Parts: sequence; structure tokens; C-alpha cells
Amino acid sequence: MIEVKNLVKRYGDKKAVNDISFTVEKGEILGFLGPNGAGKSTTMNMLTGYISSTSGSIKINGVDILEDPIKAKSNIGYLPEIPPLYVDMTVDGYLNFMYDLKKCKLSRKKHLEEICNLCKISHVRGRLIRNLSKGYKQRVGLAQALINNPPVLILDEPTVGLDPNQIIEIRTLIKKLGKNHTVILSSHILPEIQAVCDRIIIINKGVVAANGTAHEIAESITNQHKMTIRIEGKTHTKADKDEIVNAIKKIDGIKYVRADMEREKGIYDYDVETDGKTDIRRAINLMCRENDWNILMLQLSDLTLEDIFLKITVGDVVPEDAVSKPSPELDISVQDGELIAEEKLSLDKDKKGGEE
Amino acid sequence: MGAIYRREMGAFFTSGLAYVFLTVFTLLSGIFFFFGVIGSATSNMSSMFSSMFIIVLFLIPILTMKLMSEEKKNRTDQGLLTAPIGLWSIVLGKYFAALTLFVIAESVVFIYSIFIAVYGEVQWASLLGNYFAMLFLGAAFIAVGIFVSSLTENQMASAVASMLTLFVLYLFDSLASNIENETIQKAMLSLSFYSRYIEFTQGVFNLSSVVFFISAAFIFNFFTVRVLDKRRWS
Repeated sequence: MIEVKNLVKRYGDKKAVNDISFTVEKGEILGFLGPNGAGKSTTMNMLTGYISSTSGSIKINGVDILEDPIKAKSNIGYLPEIPPLYVDMTVDGYLNFMYDLKKCKLSRKKHLEEICNLCKISHVRGRLIRNLSKGYKQRVGLAQALINNPPVLILDEPTVGLDPNQIIEIRTLIKKLGKNHTVILSSHILPEIQAVCDRIIIINKGVVAANGTAHEIAESITNQHKMTIRIEGKTHTKADKDEIVNAIKKIDGIKYVRADMEREKGIYDYDVETDGKTDIRRAINLMCRENDWNILMLQLSDLTLEDIFLKITVGDVVPEDAVSKPSPELDISVQDGELIAEEKLSLDKDKKGGEE
Repeated sequence: MGAIYRREMGAFFTSGLAYVFLTVFTLLSGIFFFFGVIGSATSNMSSMFSSMFIIVLFLIPILTMKLMSEEKKNRTDQGLLTAPIGLWSIVLGKYFAALTLFVIAESVVFIYSIFIAVYGEVQWASLLGNYFAMLFLGAAFIAVGIFVSSLTENQMASAVASMLTLFVLYLFDSLASNIENETIQKAMLSLSFYSRYIEFTQGVFNLSSVVFFISAAFIFNFFTVRVLDKRRWS
């Protein structure tokens, strides 16, 4: 459905997007995850033909966006980071305008009604967009993207600025849309991506850092499973502890076991690490039954998406690095009323050069 | 193109800009009509039309100032540029919306002709000649205004820059007379909007001038398309 090959976007010397390739199948919800400034929006802007790529190719539904932009764009519904709303129009006027702009052939009244119901904006159709709250503006933006029923939906941070209830609503809506549409969704909010997307692409510094399901990405980074188990022995003494540790060690697939703190009187937590292939939960259960011990708690401490994200985008080395490296010098300037702090890149480079 | 045309027409009226434009245009042309035509007891409206050149020069930038700049500022251009339409449709939709409003404003002269008809005879050939001359002039000026608007995100900057650009075009005649090199002088005079327009008000319907104004409109619209296109590549 969407085919991206060796996509590069260069702004002067800086490569905002550096050689990104991926494909999205029909009916898939793909999540773009990355820290601010990683190149998510730039990539999406290129996918929708708002900006052109420096090199590389994008095919939407088999149509190259540069060769036949009009045909390719007719397959896309796009909700940019800032919804492109004319605040001087009413919701109804705006949706009718977008309907005409997209040369939609579906029955006007019915189609717009359906979309408004889906996005829950039916009751504000007569109001000026200027007077709507941020959440409603976002929904009108989404409604606009849905006009003409495009097979591909590209949503840039669709839940930003919404309250928790609205976020859940929009997520449910996106899940629903994912059944009939191919969706690409960007976010820097991890639970959101995890909740909605079938597949995740993590973008960092303009390159694809990881591509797969949350589970696959986690596995590619680590091959161990960790869990914490709280087991109650019979005597509530330290003898219990040693006995239990020894028993756990005998289970197949265990790589490491260690008694942790005494959490309740005479009861200890045990940190267990496996080889990543064997599921030891049943074996542990069996062991406890045979010895007449009680499992009070069993907690898997696999890497969460959060851990993965940090691992990929910041790197494992950061703690040491942060200690040895002085905080970067900042160029602070005021631009358009916003305070902008930029790292003094050239200086930094010079220093590094000197050290080497 | 139709969708953008209708939206811009709607925006002109909901924002109130259309009313301001129409009022100011009618008021000023009315003054020139009263003193230049009624006051001099003539049925020839040419003097009003020649005085209106400078008014049109300052009014058209008001009409075009936000056409492109606001889109960029509010990021609504993202909606237009990712819609399945070409750049020419976007530019021409806006262009014809502004031109329509200008034609409506300009058509007030037909009301003036009623007053003349009451007291004398309307000189239709001269009136229509002048009417179309102003239409062609407006067509060219609007294209210039939209082009300048596409260069900035600030509508005030857009208005001031358009006025300056049009004013420089107006000054071409006086500038040319100070230049000794004959080729440059000739080139500048041939690019003069003012002398070509004034020629119409003197009763000469010069087809080459018509072609000149239409070409100017085309070229500046083309420049606007290029600006939009270039922004995607930068």
C-alpha cells in the first residue's frame, strides 16, 4: 500500500531524514515513534506530497508521489500536526470546502453526516471553527482527513492537546478506522503507540532505529526474560530463602537467581532471569506445590516499550556519558516570541576533534 | 479551482474585507466622478478613470494581501498542497476570486452612467473602453499582489510590499525620462503600466496593451506557482 525507499530529506547540510525505507501493508496501523525532531513530521510531509524528498521514492497504492502527485494524493487523508483549518469558516462550511477540494463523488449529505457522526462533531457543525476547543478542532481536522474515504490515512500526533477522555475516544476511532484503512500514526507518547498500532517504527535522528511489533523490537534488543517472584516458605526464616533459591536454580532454563529483600516478615522476593526461550512459570508453580510453598506474587519485568525507546533513542551508554561530558553550551535566542535554545554544534565538534 | 474560488469569495465577505473594499472604491470613484465629470459638466468619464489609477494601485494590495500569506501562516496551505489538485488551480482560484470582487467594485461606473443618462448622453464607446482598460489593469495588479503575498507570512508586509512594487511600476515613466541610454529608456517605457493605461483613457484602444496586461497577469501568476513549488523543494 505504501512503499518508501531510501528516503532522504536534506535541509542545507543537515539531513532531517536520512535513508528511511519501509513498507506498510493494506489494513495495517503503523506507528511512528521518535523523540521531538527525529524526522517524523518531515517523513509524513514527504509521504503526503507537502514537501519533496531530496532523493528516494514514495509509492502510495503503487503510484509515485512525484510522478503523479494528484493521483497519489487522492489516495491519502492527512491530518498534519497543526490541523489545516480556516478559523473563519463554520465546521459545515469547511467540510463542504474540503469535500469540493478533494473532488469527492460520494453523496455529499450522507458522506459528511457519516464522518461527523464518526468524529462526534455533528452537534457543532454550525459553529465557527474559531470558537471550538482544541479537542474539537482536532476532531474537525480528523474529519477533514476522512473525506472521500481515502485508503491511506496519515495522522501526525492526532491526540496532542486532547484530554484523557478524548484521547481514548480518538484511539478507539483510529483502531476502528484501521479495519478499512491503512493508517500511519506518529506520536512521542509510548502507551498510545502500544495501544493502537500493529507495528512500530522507531525513528531517531532521521534513521529507522527499529521496525517491528513491540514484542519483536523488545526481543531484538534483549534475549532474556526477567521476573520477580515472591514465595512464602514454611518456616518464615532465612533457611527458607536458601532452600528456595536452590530449588529455583534446578529448574530448566534458569540463568540466574538471586534472593532480593525481605518484603514481608520472613518472606523474600527472588529475581529470576531465564534464557529467553523457556517459559518457567509453570515449572515454578509445580515446584511450589511439591514443596508446599505459596506464590504470593509473580511479576514479569520484561522491557517495556518505554525501556526500548530509551535504549534506542538515548543509548545504553548515556549514564556514563552524562557524567564524563560537560553539559552542552547553548545558544539561546528569542524567535517569534519563543525561547529557543540550541546546542552550539560547531563548538562541540571542535572540542571532540581536539579530544581525539 | 472552483472550491478555492468559492471559499475565497466567501472569506472576502465573512471577513468584511469585501465591504471595506467596495465602500472605499465607490467612495473615491464617486468623488472623482463628482468633481471630474459632473463638476466639469461633461459626459466623458475618462478623467475619473485616469485618476483612479493611483487608487487602484493602493486598493488592490488590500485585496490580495492575505490570499497566500495567511495560508502559510495558519498552515492551511498544508491542506491545499496535500489535496489532489494542482498548484495552478490553487493560484487561479484565488486570483479569480480577487478579480471578481474587483470587477464588482469597478462596475459601479454603470451606476454613474445612469446619472449621466439623465442629464445627457452616455458615451458608451469611451466608457466601455475605460471599463475594460481598468479591468485589464486590475487583472495585472492582482497577479502582482498575489505573487508578493506568496513571499511572506505577514499580511501587512505583503500589503506594503505590493503597494511599493506597484508604485515603482507607476514611477517607471518618470524614471525613464531621466535615463539617457535610449535602449533602457525604451525598455522601461514599454514596461510602463501607467502610460499604457492612460492611453486607454485618452480614447485609444491599443490591442498590444491588452496583450501586455494579460501577459503580466499570466507571468506573475506563474511566478506564484513557482514560489509554491520551490517551497516544497527547499
